[in-house]
Amino acid sequence: MADVIKKATRDAYGEALAELGKVDSNFVVLDADLAKATKTGTFKAAFPERFYDCGIAESNMMGIAAGIASTGLTVFASSFAMFAAGRAFEQVRNSIGYPHLNVKIGATHAGVSAGEDGASHQCNEDIALMRTIPGMTIINPADAVEAKQAVFAAAKKDGPVYLRFGRLAVPVIFDENYKFEIGKGNLLKEGTDCTLIATGLLVNEALIAAEELKNEGISVEVINMATIKPLDVDLVVASAKKTGCVVTAEEHNIIGGLGGAVCEALSENYPVPVVRVGMNDVYGKSGDGSLLLKEFGLCSENLKEQVKKAIGLK
Amino acid sequence: MDQALKKDLMIFATKLRIGAVEAIYCAKSGHPGGSISIAELLSYLYNVEMKVDPKNPKDENRDRFVLSKGHAAPGVYSALALKGFFPYDDLKSLRKSDSYLQGHPSMTYVPGIDMSTGSLGQGISAAVGMALSAKHQKKDFRVYTILGDGEIEEGQVWEAAMFAGNKKLDNLVAIVDYNNLQIDGVLDDVNSPYPIKEKFEAFGWNAVEIDGHNFDEIEKAFNQARECKGKPTCIVASCVKGKGVSYMENECNWHGAAPNTEQYEIAMNELNAALKELEA
Repeated sequence: MADVIKKATRDAYGEALAELGKVDSNFVVLDADLAKATKTGTFKAAFPERFYDCGIAESNMMGIAAGIASTGLTVFASSFAMFAAGRAFEQVRNSIGYPHLNVKIGATHAGVSAGEDGASHQCNEDIALMRTIPGMTIINPADAVEAKQAVFAAAKKDGPVYLRFGRLAVPVIFDENYKFEIGKGNLLKEGTDCTLIATGLLVNEALIAAEELKNEGISVEVINMATIKPLDVDLVVASAKKTGCVVTAEEHNIIGGLGGAVCEALSENYPVPVVRVGMNDVYGKSGDGSLLLKEFGLCSENLKEQVKKAIGLK
Repeated sequence: MDQALKKDLMIFATKLRIGAVEAIYCAKSGHPGGSISIAELLSYLYNVEMKVDPKNPKDENRDRFVLSKGHAAPGVYSALALKGFFPYDDLKSLRKSDSYLQGHPSMTYVPGIDMSTGSLGQGISAAVGMALSAKHQKKDFRVYTILGDGEIEEGQVWEAAMFAGNKKLDNLVAIVDYNNLQIDGVLDDVNSPYPIKEKFEAFGWNAVEIDGHNFDEIEKAFNQARECKGKPTCIVASCVKGKGVSYMENECNWHGAAPNTEQYEIAMNELNAALKELEA
């Protein structure tokens, strides 16, 4: 594994914006005094006249984004997930979601892997919040390749999009042949005993878990679910029919995120046992992001155990 | 101001009040006090100040209007109906489940509405975004927003004010309906936003105080706003909540209540008498 390339999805976000800026002149980028951290600073350096810093006022930034979008421009508005989805939730709901405006929210530092800043900055609730907004698309890319394609796809998509990026450098798992499509999950590995549906940085952990379980004689199907809303229900149901049980994996509260979405889809279409891996309705804490992921069970070791648990529930 | 124009504007304002009160009466709910307090301001905006076309309500170069105090929707709907953005009779469908006239403004459903509002404090941010976009796109459209004086207790208003002052958005005019009443009572008894003019000035705005029912002062203020370069303008407009309907005037209980049939008839008699006098 020495040749694994690691890159944070937030870095890919900034680079994608700067690249998109060259071919698409119809968008502007907003930030709330975090351009260096969210990496919108990369766009700012390339297109300073298309970048507006709104200062430390995320609620107002979302309103400004709505106003700009109402005049025909697309807007990428960025902050940490905690403030973009949390603090400004109602502005996103009422000023952006309700009129279905072309605002793409680039939310970084999502989840416990934000690390040392601690629980106040580790947002494990954003997917749940955004899922409840009608018409909102939610994309949580697994790596830098998918993150970049998600930015380009979001720009083309009509209506609001919530893009979820991480702070931590994570392995690049897709190559240049990978094609991201909004609303479509990817079957990364076929299996017969259990379906492991992962999103964000848990996708890599899911692939590792499946590989190791193969050595134990357990066949795991791995799905990358970058788009959490709209969920690829057909893919989830088809895989559940094949394997008979599901484990979900996300860097988010087990309530209301990918796990919730999968449970809802399966209970209405094809009920099978589901085990949810995520933050177990607790706050995070300060520490090294990689170590925190392990401590909270967001790792291949725990996924292996939970797959066995799910199979036992069949 | 030209006397004939002033008379026309007064007639429009009175008709606007009639339409708004009628809509709220038919809906059996709504916010009459703050809908008719701004009748003169809306009359001037829609007849003189703003470049808008009911036949082309989505014209990308039109001036924009954001009702930040979204609960005053019946006032704006009445103005839009009188201007021909949609049929006047549709006002009677306000707030009903088969109507497009939502209780608070919806840009998705209502022709002439430029931003969906209702959650206080949010409209001004959107107006700031529109004004910024005009500058960014080098377009000369102007943006107008009306806020309630109670509404400016929302912190987001001051986030927006700070940004607009910093970015020198001189194509933006915010009008504060200063009627001194909010749902729970007199502003000072609830949570004072005073001094209003000085606060906006401290945030880098040009600010003027006027009588919000006086067309000469309204005209002067909007003209001054156009001439003021490098700063957004705030017009602090002293208004009487419920203006034009005797029993509603300065009564905070008429913030969010619909008149019953008897009260409706009194209101119509008063407003129609005022209209008859103006048209005589």
